[in-house]
Amino acid sequence: MDFGLSQDQRMLRDAVSRCLADHCPLDHVRECADRDSTFSDKVLHALHALGIAGMLVPEAYGGLGMTLLDAAVVAEQLAYAVAPVPFLASHVLAPIALSEAGSAAQKARWLPKITSGAARIGVAIAETIEARDGAGVASTAGKLNGTALFCLDFEGADAYIVADAGGRLHLVDAKAPGLETIALTTIDRTRSVGELRFEGTGAEPLIDDGGVTTARLRDAGRVILAADSLGAGQAMIEKSVEYAGQREQFGRLIGSFQAVKHMCAEMAARHEPCRSLVWYAAHAFDAMPQEAALVACHAKSHTGEVHRFVARTSTEVHGGMGFTDLLGLHYWFKRIGFDRQVLGGPETVRAEAAALQGWTKAA
Amino acid sequence: MDLEYGPEYDAFRHELRAFIDAHRHLAPPSADRAARPSPASVAWQKLLIAHGYAARTIPKEYGGYGAEPDILKSRIIAEEFSRAGVPGGLANQGISMFVPTLLELGTEEQKRRWIAPTLKGEVVWCQGYSEPGAGSDLANLKTSARVEQGEFVINGQKIWTSTAKQADMIFCLVRTEADAPKHSGISYLIFSMDTPGIEVRPLKTMTGHAEFNETFFTDVRVPVDQIVGQRGQGWFVANATLGHERGMLGDPDALENRLQALITLMREERIGQDRAIDNPLLRDRLVALQAEVAAMKYNGMRILSNSLRGEPGGMAKLIVKLQSCELAHQISALAIDALGELGILYHHSPRERDRGAWQWNYMFQLGLIIGGGTAQIQKNIIAERGLDMPREPKVAKIPDAGQKSTGMARQKQGAD
Repeated sequence: MDFGLSQDQRMLRDAVSRCLADHCPLDHVRECADRDSTFSDKVLHALHALGIAGMLVPEAYGGLGMTLLDAAVVAEQLAYAVAPVPFLASHVLAPIALSEAGSAAQKARWLPKITSGAARIGVAIAETIEARDGAGVASTAGKLNGTALFCLDFEGADAYIVADAGGRLHLVDAKAPGLETIALTTIDRTRSVGELRFEGTGAEPLIDDGGVTTARLRDAGRVILAADSLGAGQAMIEKSVEYAGQREQFGRLIGSFQAVKHMCAEMAARHEPCRSLVWYAAHAFDAMPQEAALVACHAKSHTGEVHRFVARTSTEVHGGMGFTDLLGLHYWFKRIGFDRQVLGGPETVRAEAAALQGWTKAA
Repeated sequence: MDLEYGPEYDAFRHELRAFIDAHRHLAPPSADRAARPSPASVAWQKLLIAHGYAARTIPKEYGGYGAEPDILKSRIIAEEFSRAGVPGGLANQGISMFVPTLLELGTEEQKRRWIAPTLKGEVVWCQGYSEPGAGSDLANLKTSARVEQGEFVINGQKIWTSTAKQADMIFCLVRTEADAPKHSGISYLIFSMDTPGIEVRPLKTMTGHAEFNETFFTDVRVPVDQIVGQRGQGWFVANATLGHERGMLGDPDALENRLQALITLMREERIGQDRAIDNPLLRDRLVALQAEVAAMKYNGMRILSNSLRGEPGGMAKLIVKLQSCELAHQISALAIDALGELGILYHHSPRERDRGAWQWNYMFQLGLIIGGGTAQIQKNIIAERGLDMPREPKVAKIPDAGQKSTGMARQKQGAD
């Protein structure tokens, strides 16, 4: 019995944390946010040097064959540093999709390149959760038509994995004729999403397993977003405590006022159990498939709620400074805002959790 | 991450399940948790001790089972009794708080005299800590004990003495050194509740029941050797047990059982033709609570693992009382809401559900949020010990009476 990170996972966490402390200070995050391209090649290269690119790629394809809990450990650190790098789709969802539902040829073509960092794949599955603005993708005879919104890790992707209306997955080359790509701009300048428009676009199907892999991508994506939220929340709590321990008003450190102290305590009290929930959900993805979907929903919805509270409360602890761009606290605030909405907001995910348990009224 | 307990523990769990199956007909009803254990409860406790499922790590010479401490086995015992819906060993204040204190700080004679009968349920204790003027600021307690002819003579009042009516004995904090600083003038005395000069008055609460008492002491005479630790050390003796009380108030199995009861309720209760759980708003709240209960359960597993590794519980542990009590309260609140108008039925009304338990819980759990270290004290502890935030500066004195009355007059005018 050992509930928690292994020695190797602690080392991974520390290595990523040191790497980001060296290569991704807030000034660099600002630089990236203020220019047109989202992602930092510098930070990405430093992370790839640690083997992050192929962490979920099976060893047979040159990867590290690690678990979703390992990826969650990395995601937490990326958010803690608000690192502007692709990860969720390119390093987690695409390797899972290809290893679980890719043909031998697709695996051989893409997985080694993902490992080496030579190729990145965006993932668009938003419409399998809920369709907005009438979006949705139809597939007929190897051609895609329609629109996929909120493709993750959109910028600079060499290909996209796209779910159609039946939950089947397709691989589309970024340069395929009949594909139009439009970047979407979000509150979070550290991540990239976009819109894919298909008009008779040629696509290679992944193995049709009746939507099983698409559901796996939802579960994994939710866990990684929850882990991201955890890291951003951790940073915001630490910054609040630090600020309250320096800022003086009325001749006292504001952290000695119970009004401020209790805000910090409430953040910590609600945040801390999220860590165990995220670890458990990540572990379940690999080790307890029968529980994985439900606990992924719990992790996603609960961290979404808790960290919305943390994001606004931390900003309040910082007073007027929290509201400015000077401190840059808003980078974490927005990261948390992104994590909450993507792949299903809390209400949507809880409705799914209820359905998984048979609690929804039969139509 | 390894959630397996391993073959030794699986075997232990298996044995325990077999024991519960074979003996559950002897168990007292789960609701039978009266302060004074029934003969059936006493017999059940004796059986559990004999098999090592209660008083497991207490040495044999003091009436326990005498096993080496093993956190996982203790956890398995708690889990399995909870899962089976069968009461585990007695968990009153004598067993949970007084016995650990004696084991740590009592004399050999005290241990031999008190632990065994307490474990068996033959001697029932109550706790005399809080006073009307000493709640969160417990060290401000005023109940005094002066020494006269080899006896302490006790005068004062305690409050929240939950089992005082049934108790044979009390462990009680009193001020023995009138001139010493606040924390070093207190002693931890033990004496019979039959001692002349003790009056117990039931304290009726908002639930309509008297779950607590007020206990008054008028010239209560207690031999000076009925003390645990030295004179003036009572604060430190008591602190050895306060940790145990907080542990009692954050049981993850209890939360899961309450949640299961809520799920059952929402699947069974009808709103028109639909089940309560078919209402999307109520269902959304239910799933949100389910996620929180899951988070607290895994947080408990993390604390357990930290203990196994010999690491301190840290923040994961500091937040348990605050979060668990709040969560339990919210579970009751949702049950009441899911019941709609039926949710207000109480006092044995026709159509009352679960004998009014949801309303009773809703009110009593508010008491638990306040008791055992209020939510606000918990937040101070989380901030100061967990986050290392600066302490509140000591205020010089309470503003004098003149200023105070002006302030109140203004408030009254403002209210007109």
